[in-house]
Amino acid sequence: MSLVARHLEAHGIATVILGCARDVVEHCGVPRFVFTDFPLGNPCGKPYDVAMQRAIVGFALDLLESARAPRTTVQTPFVWSADQSWRDHYMRIETGTSQ
Amino acid sequence: MNTRRAVDPAHRTFVSYIDKSREYYLARGYSNPYRWAYFEDAPFASLRRPLSHSTVTLITTAHEGTDAPSFRNVYSVPSDDPPARLSTAGLFWDMQATHTDDLDSYFPVHRLHQSVHDGRIGRLARRLHGVPTQYSQRKTRACDAPEILRRCQEDAVDAALLVPL
Repeated sequence: MSLVARHLEAHGIATVILGCARDVVEHCGVPRFVFTDFPLGNPCGKPYDVAMQRAIVGFALDLLESARAPRTTVQTPFVWSADQSWRDHYMRIETGTSQ
Repeated sequence: MNTRRAVDPAHRTFVSYIDKSREYYLARGYSNPYRWAYFEDAPFASLRRPLSHSTVTLITTAHEGTDAPSFRNVYSVPSDDPPARLSTAGLFWDMQATHTDDLDSYFPVHRLHQSVHDGRIGRLARRLHGVPTQYSQRKTRACDAPEILRRCQEDAVDAALLVPL
């Protein structure tokens, strides 16, 4: 998706990516990025949380106007949960278990 | 909305999916890690007109239908009659931690319609788009990205929100 953003931008269309994989997007290098530190799957806000979704889309619209240079990242203030174990569970490498 | 951050200073504040995927596949015997797209520079285009007069589109990596398609191509859906849901089957996302039953959590078409209603953006483009996640960066750059650009230009798009799952 970052490659598509770069292509649109190079042809004069302003873009903003909303995502949860900060390293992947910033590694590629994009014009504008709204990062929400959530598990992969809901980069526009928690399911059915309309207020949060409106806020995150609002961050993206604001960034379209305010960015003055490429590689501008804004991090939204939202936290998935007090329990941070999802960070370790995703793609966890199980050791010492049978196939 | 929870905005309190609990940080363990011994770890990154965000997950490195580049590290995770490399180690995950290395543990399964794939010793040639995926080479993620990397560029020194990034292009930049300022908005051509105020956002309140701009035409905006939305682009997702989710696909149409209910299953993971065997053949993936760029597709478009009408913004004034969007699908009730899209499929996230076969894509990389954390199905242990969450779900994708709410379209607007990854394809915020209704939130954008509200932004039009509020006067924050001028209008939604007549079409919104899906672009497949390709293992081949060459195919994305040579085929999918130009096709998305062509459709955006046909619809006189000024700005795009892109949402990878």
